[in-house]
Amino acid sequence: MTLSVQPLTDTAIARRVAADIPDGSYVNLGIGMPTLVADAVDPGKEIIYHSENGILGMGPAPEPGQENRELINAGKQPVTLLPGGSYFHHTDAFMMMRGGHIDVTVLGAFQVSERGDLANWRTDDVLHPPAVGGAMDLAVGAKRVLVMTLHTTRDGRPKLLPRCTYPLTAAGVVDRVYTDLAVLDVTPAGFLVRELAPGLTPEELQHRTAAQLTFADDVRELET
Amino acid sequence: MIDKRVGSLAEAVEGIQDGATVLVGGFGDSGVPVELCHALLDRGTTDLTIVTNNAGAGESDVAALIRERRVRKIICSYPRSMGSIWFEERWRAGEIELELVPQGTLSERMRAAAAGLGGFFTPTGADTLLAEGKEVRMIDGRRHVFEEPLPGDVALVKAARADRWGNLVYRTAARNYGPTMAAAGALTIVQVDEFVELGTLDPESVVTPGIYVDRVVRVPGTGREEAA
Repeated sequence: MTLSVQPLTDTAIARRVAADIPDGSYVNLGIGMPTLVADAVDPGKEIIYHSENGILGMGPAPEPGQENRELINAGKQPVTLLPGGSYFHHTDAFMMMRGGHIDVTVLGAFQVSERGDLANWRTDDVLHPPAVGGAMDLAVGAKRVLVMTLHTTRDGRPKLLPRCTYPLTAAGVVDRVYTDLAVLDVTPAGFLVRELAPGLTPEELQHRTAAQLTFADDVRELET
Repeated sequence: MIDKRVGSLAEAVEGIQDGATVLVGGFGDSGVPVELCHALLDRGTTDLTIVTNNAGAGESDVAALIRERRVRKIICSYPRSMGSIWFEERWRAGEIELELVPQGTLSERMRAAAAGLGGFFTPTGADTLLAEGKEVRMIDGRRHVFEEPLPGDVALVKAARADRWGNLVYRTAARNYGPTMAAAGALTIVQVDEFVELGTLDPESVVTPGIYVDRVVRVPGTGREEAA
């Protein structure tokens, strides 16, 4: 049975996330997998991207040779500024994040709990210094917090849990989770599955999830 | 007559005391006052508390200060950049203290100091390890953590241009922490690419008014020229 399952590629997950971002949104994409969302958004939508280091209207990576090492995104990669874009200083950038001015953020995750707790800044690694960046500010301050992640760890351990075991980034903040196997809403009753990867049964998804799942009456099939 | 311009980097960092808390601007490689950090290194100042976003990378600026054991403590949000080898080495050896602060809280604590506030309550960090030992208050049904102001004895900032009053403009995303740190430092020292005549900066576009700035020094040739 498992052979018939078609997990989504990272790009396909990004497309699914992008479909949920309304035209006209102010959006902050987290470092890593969430950055794929920008390329997956329908070009017919006008989305304004925010970067924590003081950019609104952030554009794509520059052409080779056109990089400006001062104009970088939160992941320290060279970017561009679109017409209408603006620069501002750090405290203003975080005022936008912390004060509820960002419509949507898409974040990666180590773990998400059924109560919407997010753990994405620290594992149990004691060999490297901890680093948090703007993760806590975004998770707490954005109007809508979307998580984009593989459903399990590389070695198959569940990432969707009754309670996070890693240190929290923020408590009770996640609205929706997009994985390579499913789309799940965080509800007062826990994870509610809305969409499933082709060929995957509810039982198989539950098997790969530590938290107890409930399934919508009209569970749809994800596009790969 | 007001003239905040100084003629050399050595003059710019004069008087910085051992044990000082130094705010250092920059995010990644963007907007870092590299030459001012090196002047501080040359001066021999030690036992520093450095407040900055990252913990330096490679052998330059903050990383060089850490390598030479001039830094007792670092207050930052993301000390795990590519190439932050000196911080990691000193941290593993227990030779440097780390105070990890969410990035927006780091910036806002400095802004609070600049604004004369005694701190603030924020939901950022509530119910996490970074709120341990801090006062928590329910505000509008949400848990908020009390955060203290974070003033600097010194701020080291990089900007694009300055006039002799210390009015500053920046370039693209290199602005980052500059305006907040300039206002939060008791002694604010700025390196710029270019000095301009008083009256040539568009008053509508001055980002940091000179009231926050004590010294400016010209260090040309870093970064790209402003497009406009």
